[in-house]
Amino acid sequence: MVENLQILTGAPVFNVQLLLNGLSVGAIFALIAYGLGLVWGVTSVKNLSQGDMVMTGGFLAYEMNKHGVHPIVAIIPVAAIMFALGWLIYRIIIRRVIELDLFTSLLATFGMAIVIQQSLNLIFGPDVRTIKSGFDTLHLFGGQVDITQIRLIAIALCFLLAIAMVAFLRYSRMGQAIRATAQDPRAARVLGIDTDTVYALTFSLNAAICGAAGVLVAMVWVIAPFYGIGYSVRAFVIVTAAGLGNLPGVIVMALALGVIEQYSGFVLGAQFQQATVVSLLILILVFRQLSLLRSRRALQ
Amino acid sequence: MKLASRTAALHAAILVVGLAAPFVFPAHSVQFAVFWIMVLFALTWDAMGGQMGYNSLGNIAFFGIGMYICAITQIGLVYDVGEYTAANGAVAIHFTDAQYFGGLALGTALAAVGATIMAAILSWVLAGIRGPYFAIGTLGVAIAAAELTAAWPWVGGGQGISMPVFPGAPGMRERFFYFACLAAAVACYLFFRWLYGTRFKLAVNAIRDDEDKAEALGLHTRRYKAVAWSSAAFFLGIAGALFGNMTGFVEPLETAYPTLTFGIFMIAMTLLGGKGTLWGPIIGATVFYVMRELTWTYLLGWQYIALGVLIIVTVVYFQQGILGWVKSRRPEWFGVKVEERGGPDSGKPRPAPAPKAVSA
Repeated sequence: MVENLQILTGAPVFNVQLLLNGLSVGAIFALIAYGLGLVWGVTSVKNLSQGDMVMTGGFLAYEMNKHGVHPIVAIIPVAAIMFALGWLIYRIIIRRVIELDLFTSLLATFGMAIVIQQSLNLIFGPDVRTIKSGFDTLHLFGGQVDITQIRLIAIALCFLLAIAMVAFLRYSRMGQAIRATAQDPRAARVLGIDTDTVYALTFSLNAAICGAAGVLVAMVWVIAPFYGIGYSVRAFVIVTAAGLGNLPGVIVMALALGVIEQYSGFVLGAQFQQATVVSLLILILVFRQLSLLRSRRALQ
Repeated sequence: MKLASRTAALHAAILVVGLAAPFVFPAHSVQFAVFWIMVLFALTWDAMGGQMGYNSLGNIAFFGIGMYICAITQIGLVYDVGEYTAANGAVAIHFTDAQYFGGLALGTALAAVGATIMAAILSWVLAGIRGPYFAIGTLGVAIAAAELTAAWPWVGGGQGISMPVFPGAPGMRERFFYFACLAAAVACYLFFRWLYGTRFKLAVNAIRDDEDKAEALGLHTRRYKAVAWSSAAFFLGIAGALFGNMTGFVEPLETAYPTLTFGIFMIAMTLLGGKGTLWGPIIGATVFYVMRELTWTYLLGWQYIALGVLIIVTVVYFQQGILGWVKSRRPEWFGVKVEERGGPDSGKPRPAPAPKAVSA
């Protein structure tokens, strides 16, 4: 642990490597967390199967890639398939839990997470996979820092998708309806918005975002049926820390989480990487509780 | 009077079946033992989730903590724990009867106490968090416990610990642990039965219904939360200690902190049976465990999908659970008097209930 810290201070170039790696995974986290926050804000359903949807997208792209489709091209059909899947899940499950208490939605999506990950396990096997995107590796600082071009492309694609989503929500008629429903579903209904369609569309859009993020994860990193829960937890960490409906906060937190994870993985060892994320979640929750306690004291 | 004698007969019948099971079906002793552990799981989860409305997704952490405390105590009494785990099961220690049972008893006691202390600490840290944040936070605790244990070489890390071998005849091991698990489940049932008969139940139900108002009425909500969670953890710690010894091998992800199996089973069982009741979790555990054994046998490979579907169906379509469903159909079975519509009393205002003396 101490030696690793000495490496970081002795050779500052390593920091650049960790930062670049962290930012590239952080950009994907931002996309996943954004989808979670969108569904959370509009339908108040907390989707614990978020990470498993990401894995589903990755495996769909993996299957397409075996038939000669380049993964970047595969993003579009994967997103379309996931959109349809999201619509189906909404019709069968989510629609019925929106009106019930919050824990119900949490548990129902947890059940969905189990079904999805086990189905992936049955269909594709438990192995860890990756998709070769066929891009070169860039060598910076005289070969001391390596970054694959696909990582830079992934960062760019993440921001492109995020901008497209924001533009859709801000300028399209449907996007306005979604935002109106998030503010006050009852008033939206009174004003003639079909909230059921809005909910369905929101959930399906989230599934499509997860699918696209999954393709990027498969190219930049690895996918496996049981890795989904890690992404769900990360998305929760980001959204909880940033607060609902705070897009800049989500982006900053996601990038920060990506970097923190890389550093803890390097300094403490790879086996502590997941534990760091979870500890961070608990810390954030405790911190929120303390600030809540303060405000309650102030009220008294 | 009639209800009381019926309840006594039911208790006696269950006890007789429980005592006779390992002698009638000796080959299935372990399955029956796991069944009692399931009953214990459902009862302890309901104390928080059903009675108090605090839905924990991470109660399994106490099970794992108990399992590890017991394992380390048992080994540590006669050997160096670090050396034992480093040897990866290559060191076989011979335990005398006194050493084995003494270690097991001490280990189980320490497991119960350790899990209770852990719950008290956690409730101090976490219990101010409400609703879904509490569920996610506790899930985080369970995952973190598993990850940290797997990264700690002194307790065997991801490799796990082989437990001491049971001294005595081959068939005795299963029988011994069966009765230990039965005793734990019965003790757990009696404890919660007693607890729900006291003012405690009213207090935790008040927290479930409206925590702010309960607090405004002068209830020490944090203290009640700590007591409810600690008593659940106490029994979970015992269950962990027994289960670890019964399995013979302790390992963080699959045995000690199985968040995706046992951790979610306890919730599914409680919801299936009907949360917030004493018997709901027990009925739920029975139905669920029978279904689980059937799917595990006949749907091999598909069992987890069946489990996920079962959870979704229970949660989405069958919220009130078996007992809640029966209660809504036959309220008179539960001593609830239903006034007939259009009866002679229907027009008159009901007499005010006698004020209850509640000491603050």
